[in-house]
Amino acid sequence: MRTITVIGASLAGLHTALALRAEGYAGRLVIVGEEHHRPYDRPPLSKEFLTGALTAEKLSLADAEEIAELDADWLLGTRAEGLDPPAGGVTLTGGRTLATDGVVIATGATPRALPGERLEGVHTLRTLDDAAALREDLSRGQVRVVVIGAGFIGAEVASSCATLGHDVTVVEAAKAPLLPQLGARMAAFCADLHTDHGVTLLTGTGVRGLHAEGAPGGGQGGRVGWVELADGRFLPADVVLVGIGVRPATDWLTGSGLALDDGVVCDAGGVTALPGVVAVGDVARTAGRRAEHWTSAMESAAVAARNLLAGATVQTYTALPYFWSDQYGIRLQLAGRRGPHDTVRLVEGAPEDRSFLAVYERDGTTTAVLAANRPRPFTRARRELAREGGLAAV
Amino acid sequence: MIPVCRLEDLPAGESVRLDLEPPIAVFNADGELYAVDDTCTHQDASLSEGWLEGCLVECPLHAASFDLRTGRPTCLPARKAVRTHPVSVLEGTVWVHVETDQAAHRPQTATATQGSAA
Repeated sequence: MRTITVIGASLAGLHTALALRAEGYAGRLVIVGEEHHRPYDRPPLSKEFLTGALTAEKLSLADAEEIAELDADWLLGTRAEGLDPPAGGVTLTGGRTLATDGVVIATGATPRALPGERLEGVHTLRTLDDAAALREDLSRGQVRVVVIGAGFIGAEVASSCATLGHDVTVVEAAKAPLLPQLGARMAAFCADLHTDHGVTLLTGTGVRGLHAEGAPGGGQGGRVGWVELADGRFLPADVVLVGIGVRPATDWLTGSGLALDDGVVCDAGGVTALPGVVAVGDVARTAGRRAEHWTSAMESAAVAARNLLAGATVQTYTALPYFWSDQYGIRLQLAGRRGPHDTVRLVEGAPEDRSFLAVYERDGTTTAVLAANRPRPFTRARRELAREGGLAAV
Repeated sequence: MIPVCRLEDLPAGESVRLDLEPPIAVFNADGELYAVDDTCTHQDASLSEGWLEGCLVECPLHAASFDLRTGRPTCLPARKAVRTHPVSVLEGTVWVHVETDQAAHRPQTATATQGSAA
């Protein structure tokens, strides 16, 4: 291969590029990024960056020396608009085409938005610019923040807003936060974290719409003033964060010949059905599963890079899913694949003490491990799970 | 020199965190004592809570791994070394000689080729 183009300049794209060089690829390497920023780390955006504990410079995923060593052509602030493998190229913003032998799809995911007109003060959180805009909106003194969705992004933003002294309400359509991920008992623990810190948690109700400031439901355009719930209640809101999940950024691939099904369909090695095209990170549906985890994005990159250079799937990615979340001073860590009917058992500590290790089990077998502020026992359990499951070490 | 603890209070496989600025972690790796800066160079996590295997410690958050003898990362995502500090045992007490000269420990870069020590 003489030219490889990486579409997406975040964690997965950068690490695939690094892995290509580490594997000895010496050809032309082009990295296309829609954002104007060099690769940066997203997890702190909802936490330390929002509270002001970290600045944008500290989020960089590669320093100047590493960027120089990578020896890539960076096309930042540039969108990939299409992929046309028979023509051997990628179409960029403005219709410009880029001839390439290999393509790494690393376009990530886009936050879901609520339908309706766009109002000022309504945010989603994915990019550094999103986070900067939210931070700016939170810097105008104490405000009423409504967080829609009590998933990880919602919970972390609510936690950061509470730390900043804002009046925070979290609205969750399910009966408890993180119910599908953690099950009822641990979801109740997460609900307590919100209320412990003075955050109002409203569960079991969806959102009907957002309304401009003024009389409830009467305002037109401008700035958000109200969140209307499905049960008819109106919540006053100066700032709204919509955290209702993401969808993989695959629109630009329509008509490319790639199979798209909640992500770019690829095998366990990130290899797609099109020769010379691999997918990594949040956009990839790898062996039937799509992960939105930091660790998967990083670790699967090396595997996909190797397969791209080999021209075939010579390695597969089998590590256990793992993620963490920092909220209200608690570090939650979860590894494995919890099924909806798995039972949860405490191994040490207790939710009441805000420090515990728990395992999820099915038919006497551990399927996942969850910890709150128990990093070392968690690592031990995670390693055991990886071994028992016959999976590659994590 | 800063006293850490009695040697018998730091058995093999255990670690102690010294609440200094910056914090320092002291490890007993199969009988050998090591001290390094406690905060992972990748992101905010305490290495004293990490997983110890031989003379490598794995960060509890992202599984970056550091060689306690040199402070160098052995795999991604960490790219910079943690500072190391000499440790000694005097009459049964463990002491750390806090290294303040940053220049003596120039950041080292890990490469993706080294693979995970995990």
